[in-house]
Amino acid sequence: MSSEAAIIARGVSKRYRIGHRVRPTTLAERLVLAIKHPFAQDDRDVLWALQNCSFDISRGDLVGIIGRNGAGKSTLLKLLSRITEPTEGEILMYGRVGALLEVGTGFHPELTGRENVYLNGTILGMRRREIAARFDEIVAFAEVERFLDTPVKHYSSGMYVRLAFAVAAHLEPEILIVDEVLAVGDSEFQRKCLGKMEEVAHTGRTVLFVSHNMQAISTLTKRTLVLDAGACVFDGTTSEGIAHYRAMQASHADAPSSYRAAPGTNGNRVVEARVHTSENEGSHRWGKPIRFEFLLDVPEPASTLSFSFKVFDADDRAVCHLWCFASDARFRRESGRYRLTFDVPAFRLFQGSYTISTFLSDRRTYTEFEGLSQLCPFTVTMEGLERAEYEWETGDCVYLEDHRWTLARDGSADAAQQGGFHV
Amino acid sequence: MTAAAPLRLAPGQRNIGREFAETWQARDLLYTFADRDLRLRYRQTALGVVWVVLQPLIAAGIFTFVFGKVAHLSSDGRPYLLFAFAALTGWNLFSGILTRASGCLVGNSSLVSRVYFPRLILPLSVMPAALVDFLVSLGMYAVLMLVYGVTPSAALLTLPLWMLLLCAGAFGAGLVTASMTVKYRDVQYVLPVAVQLLLYASPVAYAAARVPAEWRTLYYLNPLAAVIEGLRWSLLGTDPPAAGAVAWSVTAAVLAVAAGVVVFRRMERSFADVI
Repeated sequence: MSSEAAIIARGVSKRYRIGHRVRPTTLAERLVLAIKHPFAQDDRDVLWALQNCSFDISRGDLVGIIGRNGAGKSTLLKLLSRITEPTEGEILMYGRVGALLEVGTGFHPELTGRENVYLNGTILGMRRREIAARFDEIVAFAEVERFLDTPVKHYSSGMYVRLAFAVAAHLEPEILIVDEVLAVGDSEFQRKCLGKMEEVAHTGRTVLFVSHNMQAISTLTKRTLVLDAGACVFDGTTSEGIAHYRAMQASHADAPSSYRAAPGTNGNRVVEARVHTSENEGSHRWGKPIRFEFLLDVPEPASTLSFSFKVFDADDRAVCHLWCFASDARFRRESGRYRLTFDVPAFRLFQGSYTISTFLSDRRTYTEFEGLSQLCPFTVTMEGLERAEYEWETGDCVYLEDHRWTLARDGSADAAQQGGFHV
Repeated sequence: MTAAAPLRLAPGQRNIGREFAETWQARDLLYTFADRDLRLRYRQTALGVVWVVLQPLIAAGIFTFVFGKVAHLSSDGRPYLLFAFAALTGWNLFSGILTRASGCLVGNSSLVSRVYFPRLILPLSVMPAALVDFLVSLGMYAVLMLVYGVTPSAALLTLPLWMLLLCAGAFGAGLVTASMTVKYRDVQYVLPVAVQLLLYASPVAYAAARVPAEWRTLYYLNPLAAVIEGLRWSLLGTDPPAAGAVAWSVTAAVLAVAAGVVVFRRMERSFADVI
């Protein structure tokens, strides 16, 4: 293995300003502010999305990056892919960088598959003749041969994602940066993507891979960086890194059951998420009404903008799905900040610990604006609900249904006995 | 082997040579963006190409009716329709580039916040579509000349100069407004009003010679005045603009591009953070 450097990061920090006062977003507001407070200092709060991160990555390394939402992973990738520049420190990059931060960035629904391959490829930094040379390979990988001259708005979401990944995977950069692409697509396709990334690394190129999927991280990488609250808290073998991350998760388990977006991120996104449980501190009593509340920032309304979330159990299984896909939803037409609440009159998930994952996407273009996972940890308890002789035991099931039973001697006209369990 | 010189990313790290080299490297992207815009424009409109021809024709028709027939403005003895159309082709080139360039960053905000590419490519990529429109309307103008039996003069040879000045001025101004729109969204509401005012402050519907003499110096401070007059001179053989006024227009165009590039590069680093 070569030990030539591919990336050297030294004391890299990124600061975002967050408005305490309302930040002027129009020139008129700016002028009014300047007239009202001619000598006012810029007293906005700052947030360090990334602080003093240093690491070296050698050519041919396959490195995983893990961390909770808002730990600074996306910021790090944005810096490495040159979308934004660091506030402090320096990064040296040896070789052409190809970043796939979001599948299908730059795809246009009205253009055909063929046109989009060229569009997306050049956006990602390829020359047209490079694309032409690899065109057949890309199309074969994506398995969309028959639909090349169909506008991609008619593609199924699977085809769309396959084509988008195929373009990026054939970029042949010396340094490939991939963010959570495996959140989309079916498992067959995910295996294919993982295989492709492995192949890229085998040819002596460097791969950085961000994921919430520990399985993927551990099969693909030997080395892992763990980020927490903007700091690089671990750099070592993947197995130790994952252990570190899990320990960190556990120590954060008593975190309040709410989420607040790191400032500096933009585009359509969840600004705040909160689970209103029936009891204090993220504890919910079975069968009580529960409310899930989200604050959404929608600067780019889209005609098929959709929001949904899933509740995951402790084994990372999705057990419940709630959504807002209304065709007349206001955030599809007007930009702004929206408060979206979901009320469940009687929440029947069984005792255990749960988290939620949110999905904010555009159905028509298959753009996933944001997908957050492991938000708002909360627990469900069976407190105050007695079950004679059998104690409630976590893991027995994930869901308890209302039910009544009727017991009668078969063939007898005697009065039947009745009982049951309900909210 | 690739060159060993690494790319250094650090605060305020600017290397203008590298940036221009990268912009040149990304010329295929410019082509792709322009291609996308052209394709989409003609794919989504029912009238397609016809629309590009109709637009200036309708505008010239309205001008002819309002200013030529109702207000009886002089057109230096030329058919008013030709007089207005010649100037409108140039005006549309200018306002087309300016308006599209202004919106190009915000209009592609999802790209700007998610992928790196030399940002200058975006405003540059609006030019081909505007030039295509310009050529189509020149073709239309040629037809009108035949219809009216007007023959072009040797002044036609100066056409590229006026085109270049219009493109440069619009591009420079567009860079500034595009950068500002990222931070202050109301720029996009102010701009159409400003463009409308500029239309009437330029000799499109009337000849600059009609402006009272005592106002003329002030009038020619608008760098577009001499360019539009020059364009009409080259297409229709009306009076040429004064050399001094043209010199000012050239200076203004160079200044606009320089100022545009400086402002754009200054604000470029924060585009992804605030867009």
